[in-house]
Amino acid sequence: MMGFQIVVLWSDILIWLLLAAGIGFAVLIARNPPLLAAWRRVGASRVGMASATVLLAFILVGLLDSLHYRPALEGKPGQETRYAVEVLSVLDALATPLRTRNEKTYSEPFATRLYAKETVDVPGQGAVREYPRLKHGGKHLAEREDEVAADAGFTAFRAGVLAFLCWLAVAGLASGAVGRGEAPGTGWQRIWRGETAFAWNAVLVALALMLLVAVPLFWLSGQYHVFGTDKVGQDVLYQILKSVRTGLIIGLVTTLVMLPMAVLLGIVAGYFRGWADDAIQYLYTVLNSIPGVLLIAAAVLMMQVVIDTHPQWFSTAAERADLRLLALCFILGITSWTGLCRLLRGETLKLRELEYIQAAQAFGVSSWRIIVRHILPNLMHIVIIALVMDFSGLVLAEAVLSYVGIGVDPTMTSFGTMINNARMELGREPVVWWSLAAAFAAMFILVLAANLFADAVRDAFDPRA
Amino acid sequence: MMLKVDNLRLGFMAGKKTLAAVDGISFSIAKGETFALLGESGCGKSVTAQGIMRLLPAAGRVLGGSVSMDGESLLTLPEADMRAWRGGRMAMIFQEPATSLNPVLTVGQQIGEVLERHLGMTGAAATGRMLELLRQVGIADPERRLDEYPFQFSGGMKQRVMIAIALAGEPELLIADEPTTALDVTVQAQILDLLARLQAERGMAILLITHDLGVVARMAHRIGVMYAGELVEVASREAFFGQPRHPYTQALFKALPDMSRRGQRLATIPGQVPSLAAMPAGCRFAERCPHVMPVCREQSPAWREVEAHAVRCHWQGDAADADAAGGGHDITDLSVSAGREFLQVDGLKVHFPIRKGLLQRTVGHVRAVDGLSLAILPGRTLALVGESGCGKTTVGKALLQLIPPTEGSVLLGGQQLVGLRGARLRAARRHMQMIFQDPFASLNPRLRVGEIIAEGMDALGVVGEARSRRAAVAALLSQVGLPEEAIDRYPHEFSGGQRQRIAVARALAVQPGLLICDEPTSALDVSVQAQILNLLKKLQSELGVAYLFITHNFAVVEYLAHDIAVMYLGRIVERGRAEEVLRAPRHPYTQALLSAVPLPRLEGAAAVIRLSGETPSPANPPSGCHFHPRCPHAMDVCRSRYPEAVDVTATQRVSCHLLST
Repeated sequence: MMGFQIVVLWSDILIWLLLAAGIGFAVLIARNPPLLAAWRRVGASRVGMASATVLLAFILVGLLDSLHYRPALEGKPGQETRYAVEVLSVLDALATPLRTRNEKTYSEPFATRLYAKETVDVPGQGAVREYPRLKHGGKHLAEREDEVAADAGFTAFRAGVLAFLCWLAVAGLASGAVGRGEAPGTGWQRIWRGETAFAWNAVLVALALMLLVAVPLFWLSGQYHVFGTDKVGQDVLYQILKSVRTGLIIGLVTTLVMLPMAVLLGIVAGYFRGWADDAIQYLYTVLNSIPGVLLIAAAVLMMQVVIDTHPQWFSTAAERADLRLLALCFILGITSWTGLCRLLRGETLKLRELEYIQAAQAFGVSSWRIIVRHILPNLMHIVIIALVMDFSGLVLAEAVLSYVGIGVDPTMTSFGTMINNARMELGREPVVWWSLAAAFAAMFILVLAANLFADAVRDAFDPRA
Repeated sequence: MMLKVDNLRLGFMAGKKTLAAVDGISFSIAKGETFALLGESGCGKSVTAQGIMRLLPAAGRVLGGSVSMDGESLLTLPEADMRAWRGGRMAMIFQEPATSLNPVLTVGQQIGEVLERHLGMTGAAATGRMLELLRQVGIADPERRLDEYPFQFSGGMKQRVMIAIALAGEPELLIADEPTTALDVTVQAQILDLLARLQAERGMAILLITHDLGVVARMAHRIGVMYAGELVEVASREAFFGQPRHPYTQALFKALPDMSRRGQRLATIPGQVPSLAAMPAGCRFAERCPHVMPVCREQSPAWREVEAHAVRCHWQGDAADADAAGGGHDITDLSVSAGREFLQVDGLKVHFPIRKGLLQRTVGHVRAVDGLSLAILPGRTLALVGESGCGKTTVGKALLQLIPPTEGSVLLGGQQLVGLRGARLRAARRHMQMIFQDPFASLNPRLRVGEIIAEGMDALGVVGEARSRRAAVAALLSQVGLPEEAIDRYPHEFSGGQRQRIAVARALAVQPGLLICDEPTSALDVSVQAQILNLLKKLQSELGVAYLFITHNFAVVEYLAHDIAVMYLGRIVERGRAEEVLRAPRHPYTQALLSAVPLPRLEGAAAVIRLSGETPSPANPPSGCHFHPRCPHAMDVCRSRYPEAVDVTATQRVSCHLLST
């Protein structure tokens, strides 16, 4: 057993804090009947629950990627243990085969040979230009290179059967839970007739689809590069898995930065009116009229200089990339609070005229207490809707910013950097399409799931809908 | 019979179930007749109208029955043909004139649309017809008004335009869904007169939907009473007001506050209308009926003809003995001894600046309250009466210092409130609390009832310890007639009347000497209103609270008030003891206001004094006496000088030149 040293990155702290906050929030909701009722409506929405299942899978990958450590280097016994410069995560450890089995350069999905010709010395024939065999992809086939389709198909079938069995077990547990204390089989029937309060059938269908795709994919990825390899021969599937965390952090931490500002300023402007309102309105009108990308570019470049001139702050490259990611979240947060702020100001203007607020004022309740007790809880539905809606927008924003080169650190894998690399790949001949296609598909699924979930949340929380 | 509704059943889809909102109602309307559908909120009146027009909301379904007009069945017509009927042979006017006109189209365009669709009229012919229609509904200077937008019209004028649009297709049937509920009494009188005149001229049939017995008494020829989706009684106007037969109708009449019931408890109807999802199998009124018999719970009663009434009731007794049995008993002594004034208001002014332009300069003031003086004695009720926009609500808020007064003094038990701040203002507020109009907006939906009631105690530091506070809240709840379990429940679990009780309990929590009640019953049904009025009277006799009762409802004033102050455009024009003001009003405005109130009786007010126009804007009040442009007795001096207040008797003061000369 190799020793290791736990590394806690700033973004790890934030992501686990967010998880803790989420759990705490859930406990609070369970004690607050109106909120609980709204979340029950989300739970009853089929689309909402199916997309939540997909989102959970993404979040699980992101969480696994947020436990970092430095493995110990092998050294002589008796010597002080030294740790590698490279920072790994639990996900890296689980996906060690994907991470380590690098090829020389591009190779197509399920290929057994490289995508580019090379000059190879063949004994007896001298230097020959040919597509060399991959070091890892399809190695087990040896000479039977033309049987890739049959081999992959058979493996996928076996994995599919396993996935189906797993799913049956989960479905059995679910129907057992639903029909507890009733005749056997009723739980199952109630799930499929959609008679359960929670949309179990949607969750199970989404889970079935996910298992049927994911299990064969990962099984095959042990023998092939299922999404191909990139320019330096790294497996694209591995890059996709690593990108998930970046996307989640951008989507979640940014809202965390923007939320206090938007809520505080929005409520203050709406409740106190007068000069506070004027000042806050001018602030966000000014901020809104500066081109967002320009502002972000300026801030990111400035921060880049600061980071580059203080190398002593960081002991590993991962820490530097991490700080840059957080700074990006911060900058995105500072530029994107205006929309929610405006919304909350308007709603507060409406609420402060309501009679229960006036009744509280007539009792001489202090302004801050009125805001905390009467206004904030009645704004929560807007905040929740905005949070979920903003998430997908921010994931997309990261892709755009990395594409123009002002996004995350170039050493950090993200959907944006993958798409940025694809710019060159699409320009070469023959075209390398798989990197872009895989990044596109993964991001599409993540954002679509987030959007559908946001819709379900909005329907459940919006009193006007 | 022109319109015949036969066993009509309408329902709403709720999930996979269908809930019947209207369950088998039948009635017919003859040409030139007004049929009134009367009932409390949620009993299916409006759904019936929507069903006849086939304008049900998306979740609505026609479950059965038929609607036929002149022999043609409306429910089976294709939608394209139905459009020729809507607006053509039958038209509808709605409750809220502010939202039933499109704000971005001129009035002319909106009337022209109907003319073009139903009569194929365009160009000069259409314009001529539009002018004629506007003249018919009593809009002056129609040539200019035709090109104006709805925002340039006042509420009553908008309702006239709405009527003109409805009349444009020359309908034979006009459905009026609460046409005057959103309007002031003087404007209501104008609109009701207009409808009656138009009906006489054109021989239209009118289906009038309302909850107001006074409007019914003035307008209807025949009346159908609805309860929980069923018609329970149908009678002619004379028979209906002569002797109502159904126990529900009788209870409605008895719940009405009135001068003759002063000092007595009002009859209330216990319980609530059953919800759509849990309709009882037998008679739907059985749970609340004073004459309930075992058969009522098992079998839905059939129609029965009794002396020009058709009634659905098993009970065959007489209304007379019910009157004797349900007669009220005294609960308060009206002759409260007059002590020192509890609250003395002098020259109170509240002006709101009107800001315009880039630099937000003040270009004028809305004089919401403009020099108002009044006094409230401990343990008595002062009613502040006036039409909407006269500044009544602003007075209430200014007294509580929720809106800082611009000028004047408010003395509470000798202490000046204007200009007080911080802890001293908080201490003063203990003695004065407010009950609001809308029980749905006045309770925070996210707090439990216990927290809502305890809020005032916390803020003013009345009770400190947690246990004694819970006991105090429970005591308050029982005082307003709610069970102790209510503490841990949320406001949405309560009905409108119960919510208003919670609001009363919240105000009482700090033991105030004065409660400012801002239209506390105007959002409630008659039977619930009676419960709240009884509660307020009971609390007054037990605790000796004084009330400032802000309202436009004269029936409530007659029943409750010791003193009355009549307000017009930010000033009090007449004040005095209730008997004096109600029996011998001296100001022309008070006289007109009192005569315009529709009475729920056969012998209506002898002569309604018609007031032309509506209340002018407080931003730009007329010179001299504010009332002179509408006053039937206006003289030259009225245009130039505001009249001094004149003492008519020791207690009655009137501001009018008629009395000073």
